[in-house]
Amino acid sequence: MEISREQVLHIARLARLRLGEDEVAGFQKDLNSILGYVDKLRELDTTGVEPTTHAVPIDGVLREDVADQRLSPDAILGNAPQKQEGYFRVPKVVED
Amino acid sequence: MKLNELTMTQLKAKFDDGQATASAAVADVLSAIEAGQKYNAYITVCEADTLFARAERIDKARISGAPLGALAGVPIAIKDNMCMKGVRTTAGSRMLENFIAPYDATVVERLEAAGAIIVGKTNLDEFAMGSSNETSFFGPVKNPRDSETIPGGSSGGSAAAVAANLCSAALGSDTGGSVRQPASHTGTVGLKPTYGRVSRFGLIAFASSLDQIGPMTKSVEDAALLLEAIAGHDPRDATSVDRAVPAFQSFVAMGVEGMRLGIPREYFEAEAGVDPDVLANVRGAIQKLEEAGATIVDISLPHTEYAVATYYLIATAEASSNLARYDGVRYGYRADEAKTLLEMYERTRAEGFGDEIKRRIMLGTFVLSTGYYDAYYRKAQQVRTLISQDFDRAFSKVDAIVTPTAPSAAFRFGQKSADPLQMYLEDIYTISCNLAGLPGISVPCGTNKAGLPTGLQMLAPRFEEATLFRVAGQCERSLA
Repeated sequence: MEISREQVLHIARLARLRLGEDEVAGFQKDLNSILGYVDKLRELDTTGVEPTTHAVPIDGVLREDVADQRLSPDAILGNAPQKQEGYFRVPKVVED
Repeated sequence: MKLNELTMTQLKAKFDDGQATASAAVADVLSAIEAGQKYNAYITVCEADTLFARAERIDKARISGAPLGALAGVPIAIKDNMCMKGVRTTAGSRMLENFIAPYDATVVERLEAAGAIIVGKTNLDEFAMGSSNETSFFGPVKNPRDSETIPGGSSGGSAAAVAANLCSAALGSDTGGSVRQPASHTGTVGLKPTYGRVSRFGLIAFASSLDQIGPMTKSVEDAALLLEAIAGHDPRDATSVDRAVPAFQSFVAMGVEGMRLGIPREYFEAEAGVDPDVLANVRGAIQKLEEAGATIVDISLPHTEYAVATYYLIATAEASSNLARYDGVRYGYRADEAKTLLEMYERTRAEGFGDEIKRRIMLGTFVLSTGYYDAYYRKAQQVRTLISQDFDRAFSKVDAIVTPTAPSAAFRFGQKSADPLQMYLEDIYTISCNLAGLPGISVPCGTNKAGLPTGLQMLAPRFEEATLFRVAGQCERSLA
């Protein structure tokens, strides 16, 4: 399949990436080249083949629901680009 | 001989004989790092005062006869995608340029518990995405064997640090060959353990079903020693496996008498694009293994040609999901003066990520999106099953599989960076191992006509690292 310019813009929006005009054209070319290559998987009949999500099967790993204090609120906020009164600060979300 | 030039095992012997101290080892490594800045192998070197204070504590403990860990006083480097408390952890990205890790990765805790001295954080392709170290925000690493060539990637900084003796040993991480391929290009030993053998807690995630941390060393014995120190179950990583860790070092000298080694014909075919010098070296090594008592068996891994396509669908899908966390809210880079939350997300990610990261996020987002999930992502997961089954069938006939590590020796800067697909094909021999969750090791195996090192890869069934150490140890002795 061929990815259109509109699809590139749609994917960028889903991925929360603001692309420049030259990036849109560049990624359109790259994605089409890579998808052209991965299309070779269509040669294989995979009817009835179970998908693998993890090579080593592990399921249902549970732990006791016990709170721990490994990281203090200060340690967690230590890398915050902007913080205020123990919270992460972001641009206003709600309109006046 | 300077202490930084020794293997870990040799350095430990000198400590035990009282011929060297941890303080002297740290001093030699720090001078080498200073003299080796041209390689750009480190992003962060730890404070000298802190390193010497730790070394002196270990030296005093040794004199007083206190019990010491297996790596006491050994200077070790870690790839800069592993968190170390209070130290900058960048993942080679502008996004985390100023990120100070608030906690230790499990591997860091285990290294320190064993007495290792972590000297610094090594350079890498951004978020470990690359095969040449050219995608790092902090500039490419140069290959100490020839500074005109790439060191391999993504653990190129760790590989260069080991090759240029800027540490005694290092840790890398391997998602599609990122430990083994740079080991091959720098003439060092690189091991990717079985998926689940080493905790990923505190490793900055790229593709969670494929990532594993592994040793990068100057000898096979060192790789065994380092794996023993970092392996084992960790309740903080739900994918780490609760299984006993064997005494890996005891297997290195055991030899290969009576072992059956499989040679997958698909890896040696003309269309695989493998360099004739690499092929000749690998064939030579196989002959030596046969002379050492192994039986060589022709095998087939019929889905090999689909591995790169499968990998780049699964790895990018997982990456697009893992990297969604970099939104400028809680840590890392944030774009200035955004008016709305959406604008802040979109500009933060546009400015904080490099091209290759964006390319992979775009591809991963696409293959997971409505209407394409089944055709691409689910299809790739099904082919992943077929690739795994190829190995299961092969391992019913052989103990281990022997292949080239990379299709050629190290290439020049810029040679493959213009074409993402050409770069992805660099991982053709290493990728299947991650898809199937197997352990794999690369050891030095001669040089090409230009004198650059080439590598030999061995693969074994899950949790059979001991088998790898037997074969790799034999290669090291036979090829010496």
